[in-house]
Amino acid sequence: MGRYILKRLLSAIPVLLGITVIVFLIMAMIPGDPATAILGSYATPENVAKLNRDLGLDKPLVQRYFIWLGNMLTGDFGRSFSLNRPALDEIVERFSATLVLAGTSFVLCSLLGILAGVVSAARQYGLADKAITFVVLIGISVPSFFLGMMMILLFAVNLRWLPVSGMYAIYGGGDLPDLLRHLAMPALALAAVATGVIARLSRSAMLEVLRQDYIRTARAKGVPERRVLMGHALRAAMVSIIPVLGIQAGFVLSGAVYIELVFQWPGVGRMLVDAILKRDIILVQGGVVFVAACYVLFNIAVDVAQSLLDPRIKT
Amino acid sequence: MSAFLRLLFRNRLAALGAVVLGAILLLVLAIPLLPLPDPDVIATADRFQPPFSEGHLLGTDHLGRDLLSRLLYGTRLSLAVGVVAALIAASIGSAIGIIAGYFGGRIDNIIMRGVDMLMAFPYILLALAIVAALGPGLLNALIAVAAVNIPFFARNIRGITAGLAQREFIDAARLAGLGHTRIILQELFPNVLPVIVIAMSTTVGWMILETAGLSFLGLGSQPPQADLGSMLGEARAALISAPHTSFVPGVMIFLIVMSVNLLGDGIRDALDPRLKSGALSRPLPMTQVRRRGDVPPATDDLLAIQHLETQFHVGKRIYRAVNRVSLAVKPGECLGVIGESGSGKSVTALSVMGLVSSPPGVITGGAVRLEGEDLLGAKYETLRAKRGEKVAYIFQDPLATLHPLYKVGHQLAEAIQVHHKPSDREARARALDLLKSVRMPNAESRLDNYPHEMSGGMRQRVGIAMALANDPEVIIADEPTTALDVTVQAQILALLDDLRRERGLAIVFITHDFGVVAQLCDSVAVMYAGRIVEQGPTDTVLNAPAHPYTKRLIACVPELGGGQRELAAIPGLPPVVDNLPEGCAFAPRCDKARDECRRGDIPLDGQAPRAVRCLFPEEPVT
Repeated sequence: MGRYILKRLLSAIPVLLGITVIVFLIMAMIPGDPATAILGSYATPENVAKLNRDLGLDKPLVQRYFIWLGNMLTGDFGRSFSLNRPALDEIVERFSATLVLAGTSFVLCSLLGILAGVVSAARQYGLADKAITFVVLIGISVPSFFLGMMMILLFAVNLRWLPVSGMYAIYGGGDLPDLLRHLAMPALALAAVATGVIARLSRSAMLEVLRQDYIRTARAKGVPERRVLMGHALRAAMVSIIPVLGIQAGFVLSGAVYIELVFQWPGVGRMLVDAILKRDIILVQGGVVFVAACYVLFNIAVDVAQSLLDPRIKT
Repeated sequence: MSAFLRLLFRNRLAALGAVVLGAILLLVLAIPLLPLPDPDVIATADRFQPPFSEGHLLGTDHLGRDLLSRLLYGTRLSLAVGVVAALIAASIGSAIGIIAGYFGGRIDNIIMRGVDMLMAFPYILLALAIVAALGPGLLNALIAVAAVNIPFFARNIRGITAGLAQREFIDAARLAGLGHTRIILQELFPNVLPVIVIAMSTTVGWMILETAGLSFLGLGSQPPQADLGSMLGEARAALISAPHTSFVPGVMIFLIVMSVNLLGDGIRDALDPRLKSGALSRPLPMTQVRRRGDVPPATDDLLAIQHLETQFHVGKRIYRAVNRVSLAVKPGECLGVIGESGSGKSVTALSVMGLVSSPPGVITGGAVRLEGEDLLGAKYETLRAKRGEKVAYIFQDPLATLHPLYKVGHQLAEAIQVHHKPSDREARARALDLLKSVRMPNAESRLDNYPHEMSGGMRQRVGIAMALANDPEVIIADEPTTALDVTVQAQILALLDDLRRERGLAIVFITHDFGVVAQLCDSVAVMYAGRIVEQGPTDTVLNAPAHPYTKRLIACVPELGGGQRELAAIPGLPPVVDNLPEGCAFAPRCDKARDECRRGDIPLDGQAPRAVRCLFPEEPVT
C-alpha cells in the first residue's frame, strides 16, 4: 500500500507541472502590459520599466516560467499588491476557510447522496423513490447561489434561526457552536447540486449491482435484505460511486466561489474574484495553482480509497 | 426518428421539459412583437415597484427598470450565450476528440495528456484564470465557459471515435484510398454526430448556468447589459428589502436549467436500449407470487414442487418459463433435471426459494413444499430463515456468483452467521472446516483469498462449501460443473456424491449433460419448453428413453471408447415460450411428429415413477 501511494504521488508530479504551465500560459495571454495595469495612473515609463524589472517581466517567457516555478517551490508565491502582503499567506488563510465550508459540504453531499440513492434503488418506482427523484431533480436544477439567497430570506430574515452571513459573529463569536450556526446554510446550499448528482448515480449503481449474480447468492444464503442492500450491494456499488465523489469534490470546490460571495464567507473563491476585479494577477495565479494542486492531491486520496475498497485493483 | 420522438414524449417528465423550454423560447423569440418597455430606461422614482403594479407586471428593479422586460432580454442573452458556448465547446472538443481517436498512437497520447491536465482543475479555477487574463466581460466569460468544457467533449468523442476507427467500414475506406480528411468527414463524422448531440443536450443547461454564474460574480456581462446571472447579482444587494428582484431572474434560471435537464435525460433514456426493455429493474428480495387456482395438498416428500407455474411478464408478453412442473425428492435422494438452455430447468430451481428475478418473474400457480410447508405462500422472513439453512444452492460460474470484494472466509462465515450466532472466531474455524471438507488445498491460507485470486475449480469448491455451511436438508445444484474442465468436474461430482451418502442430503441437480446425470442421480426429469416431457429412474430413462427428445438428447453425449460415432445434434432450436403452439412443443423438431401431435394438450402419462408426454413414445412406459 505504501508503495502504491508513493507511485501515485510520483505520477502526480507531471500533472502538477502541467497545471503550472497551463496557468502560466493563460496569464501570459494578458493583453497589454501588466505593469501598466498594476500601476494605473502612476504608469510613467520609468515606473513601468522599474516594475517590469522587479517582476522579472523583461526576461524571455521560458526563463520567467522557471523563475516563477522555482520561487513557488521554495514557498515564495510573490506579493499581492492589492493586499500588500505575501500571496501565499493570504491564500493559505483564505483556503482554510474554504476547506471548512467545502469539506463540510462534501461530507454532507456524500452521505445524503448515497443514502438517498440506496433508498431510491431499494424502493424502485415506490413512493420514496419518486419523492427522492423529484427532490433530486429540483436540487440539480436550482443554481446554488439562488438557493443560498432564498435560504437567507427564509432562515435568516423570516425565521431568524441562523445568521445572515459571515463565518463568525463579530462580537462574542469564534467558538464551534458559532461556526456551526454560520456554516449550516452555506454548507447545505453548496451541497445541494452534488447531493443530487451523487444520489442519481448511487441509485443507478445500486440497481446495476442488485441484478448481479452474487446478490442472488447472498439472498440464497439467507442474508437479510437490509444487509444485502447496505452490505453486499452498497459495497460493490461504491466501486463506481467513489470516482464520482472525487469529481463532485471538484464541483463543490467550484461552487464554493458563488456560495462564499452570497454568504460573505472569507474563503479563497471570494479572494480570487476580488483579485480578478482588482487585476491582482500574482494573487490569482498563485491561488489557482495552490487550489488546483490541493485538488490533485485529494484525487490521489480518492484513488487510494478506491484501491482499499477493491482488491482487484493492482497496488 | 418518429419512434424516438414517441419514446421521448412517452416520458412525461421529458415532455414537461420540452413544453417549459418551448414556452420560454417562444416568449424570447416574440420579444420584438411584445409591447415591452426599454429594459435599460432608468426611472429612479419608480424603483422597487412590487409585482403586478401599474405598467410593470413583475415590478421594477433598483433603478426603476421594468423587470419583465429585463427578464426577457436577459433570458435571451443567457440562452444565446449558453448555446453558443456549448456549440464552441462541442465543435472544438469533438474535433480534438476525433483527431485523437482516429489517429491514435502518439498523437492520441499527447492530446489526451493535455486533456487530462485540463481536467485536473476544478472547472471554475480554469474559468476564473481565463477571465482573469482576458478581463471581465460577457464575451470573455463565454470563452472561459466554452474552454472549460472542451476536455469533456474531447474525452467522450475520442472514446467513441477510437472504437469506430477499428471497424471494418473505416478499413474499407482506407483500402479504397480515401484520404484522412475524407474518411473523417464522410465516414466517421456522421457516426459520431449523434453522440455529440447527446453530449450537448446534457451539457447545454450546465453551460447556461456557468455563464450565469460568472455574470453573478460580476465577471460576465457588464452594466447596462444584463443576463440572468448579472440581474441576480445586482439584485443581491436588495435581497432583504426587495426579494422579488432576486426571485424573478433566479426562478427563470431554475426553469431553464430544469427543463433542459429533463429534456436531456429524456433524450438519453430514449436512446438507451436497456431502459426500453425495462432491464434496469431491481429484483425484489423474493419472487412475486400471484397464484390462481387451488394450492395442491401436502405430500410426505422432503421437497415437493407441485404444478409449479413461473412466468416472466415483459411488457405485454408472457413467457411461460415453467408450466405446471411437479418434482419431488426424499432424504438422500438425488434427482436430475435435464434440458437445453431455455427449457425452464434453472427457473424451476430458483422458484423453490423465491430467487427468480422479480420483476419480471411471477409465480402464478402451484406450490413448493418443504416438509409439507408451502413456501410460496410464506412471508419473506419465514422464507429467508430457510434459505441456506434448510435449502441451499450451488450456482454455476462462481466468479460471478461469489462477491468480488469480500474474502472467501468472510463469505463462508457470513453464511453461518446469518442463521446462527457463533463468535467470529468460531465462524472462521467452521469456515476452515468447510473448506477442508470440500478438499480445498491449503485451506487455511485460502480463507483470506478473494474469489479472483482462485482458480475456477477452487471457487466452485467454495460455492459447495458455502452451500454446506448450515448442514441443509436439500441442495439445489444449478449446473455447478458446467464451467469446469473434465477432471475437476469429476472430482466435484464425486465430492457431492460422498456428501449425499455421508449426510443424507437430498440433491436436485440441474444440468444439460446426461453423462453427469448417469454418474450421480437416482432419477431424472427431462424438461422441454417449460414442461416435463419424461421422467423415471435414471437407468430406465437412459437405457429405454421413451420421448423422442430424450432419445436425441442422450445421443448427443459422446461415449468413451465409442469410436467414430457421430454426434447427433438436434436440428432446430428450442421454442421461445411466449407463444407456444398447441400440442407437443417438440413437434416442429421431431421427425416422428404426426398431425395429432399438433393438437390439444398432451398429458404426462405413465405409471409412477415412469412418465412420458408423448402420443407415440419410443418405448411403452406402462
